[in-house]
Amino acid sequence: MQRIVVERSGGVPVTKRAHVGAVASGNLEVLCEPPAEARATIVVSTSVDGFEPVWRATLERFLERYPIAAAIEINDFGATPAMVSLRLEQALELAR
Amino acid sequence: MTPTALRRSYVESTPRERIAALADPGSFREILDPFARCSSPYLAEQGVVAQRDDGVVVGRALLGGRDVAAVAVDGRFLGGSIGEIGGAKIARVLERARDGAFLLLDTGGIRLQEANLGLLAIAEICDAIVALRERAPVVAVVAGRVGCYGGMSVAAALCSQIIMSPVGRFGLNGPEVVEQEAGIEELDARDRPAIWQATGGVRRVEQGHADVLVEDDLDELARALRDAFRASPNRERLSLERLRNRFAQEAPR
Repeated sequence: MQRIVVERSGGVPVTKRAHVGAVASGNLEVLCEPPAEARATIVVSTSVDGFEPVWRATLERFLERYPIAAAIEINDFGATPAMVSLRLEQALELAR
Repeated sequence: MTPTALRRSYVESTPRERIAALADPGSFREILDPFARCSSPYLAEQGVVAQRDDGVVVGRALLGGRDVAAVAVDGRFLGGSIGEIGGAKIARVLERARDGAFLLLDTGGIRLQEANLGLLAIAEICDAIVALRERAPVVAVVAGRVGCYGGMSVAAALCSQIIMSPVGRFGLNGPEVVEQEAGIEELDARDRPAIWQATGGVRRVEQGHADVLVEDDLDELARALRDAFRASPNRERLSLERLRNRFAQEAPR
């Protein structure tokens, strides 16, 4: 099990809470909340070790594309990067 | 001819979508949602990522105007297994229920990673069901992909009524357990037709182990659930006496 944190300052804060997905095979759970300060913080817990560069690339691309401020928690059970992006966008749609 | 409306599948819905679709519209109030972050403290140390609601959704809802407890087990997370936290959520919400409860069970039973704590939790759930069903209906729905096995099958059997779909399966021991314990001659756990022939919804309703069979359709299930509440506890309850009689009738001489 591995923990990865990605942070970026600034951005437009999300206004609502959103919860999508499940900790199920090839899937992930995303909890998205308005942040305490104007920054995006994404904390990942993943059951699959050794994919930190892929996680960082996926999450940084998401924050590049959507410059938001939010506290995001990800609980992952072996989701692919495509699935991760999809869930993050789904959460964002509900949280903005 | 009117065009056929698309069915809304129970199987394809998430636990929260299921409760929302079955309860009176907009009436569900979740207790300890994922943001309460009540997850299992035992999984991380065993290298398993926890889900923030511990795979159990509970709360209060209206069902045909009745104030009931609503429970849905998330079969996607660790086979819908019941650990200490999820089990406590179910037991507490049943203990506080006013006019009955419905339980959407998609569960393999006790969570092996939490062993005795899961056992204890299921004992509490069974206790709460027996206390509540004396004064109000407690209806179980077994219509998900996992089905309902292990300790939670006992909990389901204690309910006033059980509603199943052909997708649902219901039994004490799951197929893998039967194969391991009784041998592959008894049951091949990969033999899906055999599993559904023995424990599937159609069979269980035929046998009288479950009460109502509905298609995998949320609207149909919502109707069946309301009917079950109107009918109130008409199901012959699981009792030692009933089991003794049944055994006397069915056991080979």
